[in-house]
Amino acid sequence: MKIAVLSGKGGTGKTLVSVNLAAAASKSTYVDCDVEEPNGHLFFKPEGLKEKSVKVSIPSLDENLCSGCRKCVDFCKFNALAFINNKPMLFEEVCHSCGGCILFCPQKALSEKSKKVGKVEFGKAKDVNVITGIMNLGEASGIPIISEMFKSLKDKDDLIILDCPPGSGCMAMESIKYADYCVLVAEPTLFGTHNLNMVYELVKIFNKPFGVVLNKCVEGENLSEEFCKGHSMPILESIPFDYELGGINSNGRIATFESNKYSVLFSKLLKKILKEVHI
Amino acid sequence: MKIAIPVNEDKTTICPSFGRTPMFLIYDIETQNQVFLDNSAVASQGGAGIKAAQSIVDNKVDAVLTPRCGENAANVLIAGNIKVYKTTFNTTKENIDAFNENKLQILDDVHPGFHNHGGM
Amino acid sequence: MKHLLILSGKGGTGKTTISSAFIKLSNAMAFADCDVEAPNLHLIMNNMGKEEVSDYYGLPKAEINSDICVSCGKCKDYCKFDAVKTENNRFNIDPFSCEGCGVCEAICPVSAITMKPKVSGELKLYKDSAVFSTATLKMGSGTSGKLVTEVKRQMSENAPKTDLAVIDGSPGIGCPVIASISGVDMVLIVAEPSVSGISDMERIIKTSNQFGVSTAVCINKYDTNLQNTKKIEQFCIDNNIICLGKVPFDKNAGKAINNGLSVVDIECNAGKEIKKLFLKVLAFLYRDNGGLIK
Repeated sequence: MKIAVLSGKGGTGKTLVSVNLAAAASKSTYVDCDVEEPNGHLFFKPEGLKEKSVKVSIPSLDENLCSGCRKCVDFCKFNALAFINNKPMLFEEVCHSCGGCILFCPQKALSEKSKKVGKVEFGKAKDVNVITGIMNLGEASGIPIISEMFKSLKDKDDLIILDCPPGSGCMAMESIKYADYCVLVAEPTLFGTHNLNMVYELVKIFNKPFGVVLNKCVEGENLSEEFCKGHSMPILESIPFDYELGGINSNGRIATFESNKYSVLFSKLLKKILKEVHI
Repeated sequence: MKIAIPVNEDKTTICPSFGRTPMFLIYDIETQNQVFLDNSAVASQGGAGIKAAQSIVDNKVDAVLTPRCGENAANVLIAGNIKVYKTTFNTTKENIDAFNENKLQILDDVHPGFHNHGGM
Repeated sequence: MKHLLILSGKGGTGKTTISSAFIKLSNAMAFADCDVEAPNLHLIMNNMGKEEVSDYYGLPKAEINSDICVSCGKCKDYCKFDAVKTENNRFNIDPFSCEGCGVCEAICPVSAITMKPKVSGELKLYKDSAVFSTATLKMGSGTSGKLVTEVKRQMSENAPKTDLAVIDGSPGIGCPVIASISGVDMVLIVAEPSVSGISDMERIIKTSNQFGVSTAVCINKYDTNLQNTKKIEQFCIDNNIICLGKVPFDKNAGKAINNGLSVVDIECNAGKEIKKLFLKVLAFLYRDNGGLIK
């Protein structure tokens, strides 16, 4: 059972909600798909860390076999190869690892070699399995790291909470690809509502069942709530703006473990989500 | 000797980006002949500097005059034995004159590549 | 024209709140929203003149002509991005996964696959006395970096002669952020005093430093956690980064934004501190020119 937590706008409370949902369950796996800026591990402080490198393959040239035909350079759509002094020259960070140059070299002068782009950390915090994806600085795409994490989830059948990256770009998409249900976290601001729309479009394209959690709610007009009502989007919960919650969260602590009020709130939310999925 | 300079659409003022300049002026020092080469790298998603530098190498240029240059493009040019000088004026004429008078410095503050992300 | 870029690492720290305030304070004649995945600046900078919209084409994506396709499956075998999908023995390309590498096109024995240009987004230009450049990336398009470059280029090409261009950046440290850093004179990082905020701030600072750009920090909503604010200030000292100011949390700021106004359009504490911050930012940005220009 995979539950993805996402939001169009950053800072609305994805990690707050995903960390606390995982904590509220009797047994769960928390997966941090925000590999550019992973935060969940700061709250869980997982122990017994095991690490797995994430690698992509890039071409390696055997100069002795190269005939200088330039086929590889001309094929590359990403301009990762230049042709100087009759030999190809590779630019690693530009390479998309498509394998085309290796495949089409008539002399078989190019072969695969590995390049590390990030890592996945596996640990445990109480009853939560914590899986954190971390992309190396300067890398173009976190997708290989997200893919690696999903590979490791293949045989798991317990409750899996996916903490997604902000936005609706390719990384958010990769994160929700295998989700059974999506929780959209929205804040009641003008920007929040505007960006809720984007992620709403995303779950519709991917045909994912979803529900909304309104966070940081204050008295008065709630633009995101109005948006949800106007589009008949199910609202699972409204979390009020609360200095106590903000304080716990900004100090990297888990509200479900520290406050009875929030333990009840997130347990209730989890129950509701599980009920929605089983229907 | 042939030199290449990234220029804007007006064919006179210098373009601040090497990789995504609309075109290059290829100037022959001896004959004073001017040829404008469209930069095929403009439409590239990424690796624009590499592609632009490749076209400079393919056109048998001896030196490049540019305000900035990325690491990847610089590596291509250096491997192709092309010297890279830093422009100090805003027009091609002023820079060519300065080059002829040996007043231009070699460009040594090459910036890291911007990967597949453009660079402007 | 000096380019000032506002970044954060973590989302929701206040980039757009601060950029829009700076734009208003400086009466900026050139500004851009480089958060192409989730642009928000236009919600504050509205009424900017006539809108010019243009299609943005990202990398061409593969398309299979089912009339020619013989269902041999070679494309699927060789695609490294898992972009070839089968349904009832019919093969087609998932445009969201396709990276446009062209391997399938080259390997197809019957030439059933072609690379077709795809509209991946929309560029918008508002031109009046000032120029505002923004764009929206279509869902799931992988080419945000290049679109960010287009947004900046559109701004630069259409900008009037002016001293300052303000660029509202995006969260994260990847693709669109790296593209936005290119060619700017200064990066201002908006930090938030939370454990997550500090962790993310450290990563964006490292990223910005990798590109050798002048980087400074400011702390937003600083009074929500004074201990963490001190941590950020100490981090800046320890790493030789200048911290230009701090802005308090202010409910009135949220109210202004919700009404499509910048925080300096109303009277509020956050607005007052942002004004002070802005002057410090200008002094830092123009420090080689002997300080402020205006």
